[in-house]
Amino acid sequence: MARDAKKLEVVKAAKQGKKPAAAKPRRTSRPEAKVAQPAAVTAAPKPQPVSAFKPIITRSDELPLDRALLLRIHDTMVKARCLEERLIAMYKSGHGYFWIGGPGEEAFNVPLGLLIKKGEGPAFDYLHFHYRQSATFLALGEEPLGAIRQMKNTASDPYSGGRNFAGHFSKREWNLCPVSSPIEVQYAMAPGTAHVQKRFGGDGITIVTGGDAGTAEGDFASCLVWSSRPGQELPVLILVTNNRWGISTPYGQVQGVERLSDRGAAFGMRTKTIDGNDPISSYLELKEAFEYVRTERKPYLVEANVSRLFGHSSASGANLIKGEPDCLELFEEKLAAHGVLSRADAKALRARYVEEMAELARQAKEEPLPDGSTIWEHVYFGEGPPDPLPKG
Amino acid sequence: MANMAQALRMALHYAEEKLGVTDIFGEDVGPPLGGVFTCTQGLRTTWNSPLDERGIIGMAMGIALAGGRPIAEIQFCDYIYNTVDLLKLAGNTCWASNGQWNLPMVVMTPVGSGIRGSIYHSHSFDASATHIPGWKIVMPSTPLDAYGLMLAACKEQNPVMFLIPKALMRIKGEEPIPGEPGEDKALSRLIDAPLGDRSQWKAQWPDTGEVGIDIGQAKVVREGRQVTVVSYGRTMPLCRSAAEVLAGEGVDAEVLDLRTLWPYDWATLKASIEKTGRVLFVNEDTEVTNFGEHLVRRTTDELFYQLLAPPKLLAGKFVPGIGLADTLETASVPQEHDVVQALRELATQAP
Ligand SMILES: Cc1ncc(C[n+]2csc(CCOP(=O)(O)OP(=O)(O)O)c2C)c(N)n1
Ligand SMILES: [Mg+2]
Repeated sequence: MARDAKKLEVVKAAKQGKKPAAAKPRRTSRPEAKVAQPAAVTAAPKPQPVSAFKPIITRSDELPLDRALLLRIHDTMVKARCLEERLIAMYKSGHGYFWIGGPGEEAFNVPLGLLIKKGEGPAFDYLHFHYRQSATFLALGEEPLGAIRQMKNTASDPYSGGRNFAGHFSKREWNLCPVSSPIEVQYAMAPGTAHVQKRFGGDGITIVTGGDAGTAEGDFASCLVWSSRPGQELPVLILVTNNRWGISTPYGQVQGVERLSDRGAAFGMRTKTIDGNDPISSYLELKEAFEYVRTERKPYLVEANVSRLFGHSSASGANLIKGEPDCLELFEEKLAAHGVLSRADAKALRARYVEEMAELARQAKEEPLPDGSTIWEHVYFGEGPPDPLPKG
Repeated sequence: MANMAQALRMALHYAEEKLGVTDIFGEDVGPPLGGVFTCTQGLRTTWNSPLDERGIIGMAMGIALAGGRPIAEIQFCDYIYNTVDLLKLAGNTCWASNGQWNLPMVVMTPVGSGIRGSIYHSHSFDASATHIPGWKIVMPSTPLDAYGLMLAACKEQNPVMFLIPKALMRIKGEEPIPGEPGEDKALSRLIDAPLGDRSQWKAQWPDTGEVGIDIGQAKVVREGRQVTVVSYGRTMPLCRSAAEVLAGEGVDAEVLDLRTLWPYDWATLKASIEKTGRVLFVNEDTEVTNFGEHLVRRTTDELFYQLLAPPKLLAGKFVPGIGLADTLETASVPQEHDVVQALRELATQAP
């Protein structure tokens, strides 16, 4: 079968939630240990037995996305990886107090960013991210210099002016709500932006992301309850990136639910668990969920199984962890095998980004820290320092 | 004349019609009840939320992030405590984003003792609220101030914590809200929901207007020369009547209603304290790390050499709760005789 015809068939199958007839696992030697189970779509409200879940795509000889998109995804994944590695290097050489970020989640985060409707106000998507989403931000078109400046806590840090940790982005022009450190609070706020969007009309949706351990917080349950009230369902794409860790605590020790996505079924919402280590699968699965939330104006819970390549944060050393599948490595293997991108070209691209990030870091190192007197700024919006306070 | 619940209702009506308020919500806030204290009866934008305080505050923050103007009610401030990190987040969102984002939202919640509410319907929240930077915090003691401060809160670009002294909710005002009918029964017929089936009922709103009360203005309730007493909320009327008692004893007390706890009106406080040289701060929250302690500290720091006696604080006892029995409640939070005694001692204190 010609590649294009095959591609069409797979995409069509994807739309219908069917398994394409000819699709067979291509490689059996892949490290499967931590790779997600096959993608699964549920038609809520009835939870189905695991065996009945139908994958949107399975491994195939052909790649179901066009070449330009594959290359764009790959390029952004490399850029994001090089950015995170530079941030870690900055931390290790004393150019930042703390590192946390998302190396290992690029295969999920880049497709996510590419599917977002970017802009300001309720006609566009509202983004409630957590601290592992530099790749999503870059996929939206953000320049990496901002993340580097935030790492160095310079006055020029465009997200917090040197006030907040690495990866704690904020960009009002793109509806990127401030990322904050308390785990899971974004899930309590997400129904609020979605509520405004539902009333506003249009196709803007709210996207909220967090980790697996954080779903134990009440705010996650709040999000499920508030976005599924009968007759008042909200257009929220509820995402959980499951790396099977909360700092040092393994998932199985503290979570009894086999798949976190199952928690949505009780609320009558659509749910699925997807392979977040595969950007093609992530793209197609997310696309389907995005389309549903955009058009139906109802919630969808997607759990993505991902890797945590450098541990939790700099507090645990920020060193490469062996045994976790590296989504970039796997993707490059696949692109090479399908003649989309040679190993040599991928390597050259990486070298270019390594140098680009190093140059940006050199630039940020020369920039000044915020002046101490600026602590009084922005206590209140559009006002000077609060009057009754001694200013000295 | 309107009581505080009616005044708030009229203010909320004005705010949803003229100030862009989009959502007034919380537990039992929508029809048919219109709030457990009836503050939200008959309004157009009210709705009932799930019983989830964190969800309520999170929803308000989300609405505000997306350009709406929410007013969220926490049914009793006793139940706001599990939202404290969200309140902190609301207070720091503008600052943490270096001025990018703001949250024009109001949280209103009944506070304090006075209705024999026992351990979980008598809490105060002013001491805790004033530990959370980035908010504006108001607490009226009259219906007119409640009306005016609610309008001001709904014009704010920043989060406002609106504390409602529940003991004063049913006390009629002495100053009219411009536009309210002169006769009490007439107002009740217009805006109080009937008992029984309310499905066909619609409020008839009197045409009330602006009153020119801004956030950050204290009010001189009674002028005096010898001693200053500063209070807010439930203890405010106690201070007024205590001043009258002392007037009979020849003590001339000046009474200030702070009205806004943050950012508060230091200029008015300072002028009064400089005049009298003696000041008593009164509130009913627990007295350890109490907001009044900050006012005492500021008075000492800035006005020490103009003082004739040490600044004093009269506040609630630092015990885990307010007991149900009348004897327990009155022993726990300031009563009129406590204020009289504290003022008398302060007025006559000599080195
Ligand atoms: C409310 C709260 N509790 C604890 C922490 C400390 N903390 C930071 S990250 C983290 C683990 C989060 O795990 P998970 O939700 O799985 O996200 P991951 O970091 O694995 O992506 C903890 C406990 C916090 N930031 N906020
Ligand atoms: Mg995790």
